[in-house]
Amino acid sequence: MPTRTRTPEEAPPEVDTGLGAVCLRDVSKTFAARRRGAAPVSAVRGLSLTARPGEIVAVVGPSGCGKTTLLELVCGLTGPDSGTVEAAPAALMAQRDLLLPWRSAVDNAALALRVARVERGAARERAGALLRDFGLAGFERARPAELSGGMRQRVAFARTLLSGRTVLCLDEPFAALDALTRQEMQDWLAGALLAQPRTVVLVTHDVEEAIVLADRVLVMSPRPGRVVASLDVGVARPRSRTDPALVALRERALQELRA
Amino acid sequence: MTALVLLLALLGGWEAYARLSGIDEFVLPAPTAIAQALYDDRSLLWSNFTVTAGEIGLGMLVAIVLGLACAAAIHFSDGLRRALYPLLVGSQTIPIVLIAPLLVAWWGFGLTPKLAIVALVCFFPIVVPTLDALDRVDEDLSKLMRTFGASRWQTFRMVEAPAAMPGVLTGAKLSVAIAAIAATLAELAGSDAGLGNLMLKAIPQFETARAFAAVLILSAFSVALFALLALAERRLLPWARQPRGTVP
Repeated sequence: MPTRTRTPEEAPPEVDTGLGAVCLRDVSKTFAARRRGAAPVSAVRGLSLTARPGEIVAVVGPSGCGKTTLLELVCGLTGPDSGTVEAAPAALMAQRDLLLPWRSAVDNAALALRVARVERGAARERAGALLRDFGLAGFERARPAELSGGMRQRVAFARTLLSGRTVLCLDEPFAALDALTRQEMQDWLAGALLAQPRTVVLVTHDVEEAIVLADRVLVMSPRPGRVVASLDVGVARPRSRTDPALVALRERALQELRA
Repeated sequence: MTALVLLLALLGGWEAYARLSGIDEFVLPAPTAIAQALYDDRSLLWSNFTVTAGEIGLGMLVAIVLGLACAAAIHFSDGLRRALYPLLVGSQTIPIVLIAPLLVAWWGFGLTPKLAIVALVCFFPIVVPTLDALDRVDEDLSKLMRTFGASRWQTFRMVEAPAAMPGVLTGAKLSVAIAAIAATLAELAGSDAGLGNLMLKAIPQFETARAFAAVLILSAFSVALFALLALAERRLLPWARQPRGTVP
């Protein structure tokens, strides 16, 4: 019987940062066929992955390699068929910002606080302060439709941070943005995570994004997905994209992907 | 603008035909005769109008309350969806004209049978768009709420219910257009007041112009209610009209 626990105490012993850990051991997950007669889809098979508290782990892989399934497993949105998933409570941030169009930026950012029954005024105050930290001063009352793509992702990230979860699952968070905004947002996210450390599992198909942001980059095989390579990015932050060490790592990651 | 010109042309043609053809005023009153009746019978029309307006307003209210409750119940439970949806569709095939006199026999000449008929007619157009909007709420939003630890009820209150509001207003707009017909029909089946009742009595009294005046008032009322709902939609749900900013 696959088990899932939500207690961070059971994570590997580490320096106590107050942050949660993620540990997947030999996890497999198969989905029933969508159409009658089609074969069931084996999304991940024999997948193992750990993220130590405060570590930023990036997962890269070809399209449809079960990256999204991996995050749903970590967030407890779905259970494994076999293997174990141990993860501190995690919040999910998707490629689409999923902001509620009828709520202002500040009320969107405060959504998780309101779910946790924080009183409206207090929730707005905390969300507003974070939005201003994120360079959105003056846009607190704006509706999502009035914000640019980058701004909306920043609101969505504020909402994710305010959920109080110490583990963040980021599912191709910037894939919907144009190339220039995407680079800006990657640098911005690196800064935001430096200021407010979290345990992060970042799923992306952008190898450069993975190298620039992560402490460790895992390469996944095509479906059914499992981890085929693990690269440590031992480069101090803030990082520069043109750093020869990063460029070399990117080449290695791409080679592993093509293998 | 073109609608106004067309309307004036039609009215002019009607007026000319009524005056020049020598047709009897009881068969086809001229627009000016209707306007005259509108003015002469204003207190009679007004007192009957308040009765019918009350039936329409309260009947819509009943339909909205029941319709929203029904849509929410169906949305929450697949069992109820299978059990209730066919019944709902079936309820729309009930020939109102036939059961209206029955309802009057059961509940008398008062307000109750009118409310039942207006609600029965208006209920379905509210349920369908509301349920549709509830069902179309992005599945990823529910997942997001679950990672925040939201209960099913919190997800409904914070995400699904607001997302369904445009559907509710669409339903209300559809209903308001047919509520007046339902109220008139209910009054024809048995009543002692109301614009439908007035029309019924005016024809045998050769007061055709008064009957036309009553129809005019009822149409104007429906148009006004519709405009009010459209205004409410623009004011309360401005986000529903803006293009979605999100990329699929």
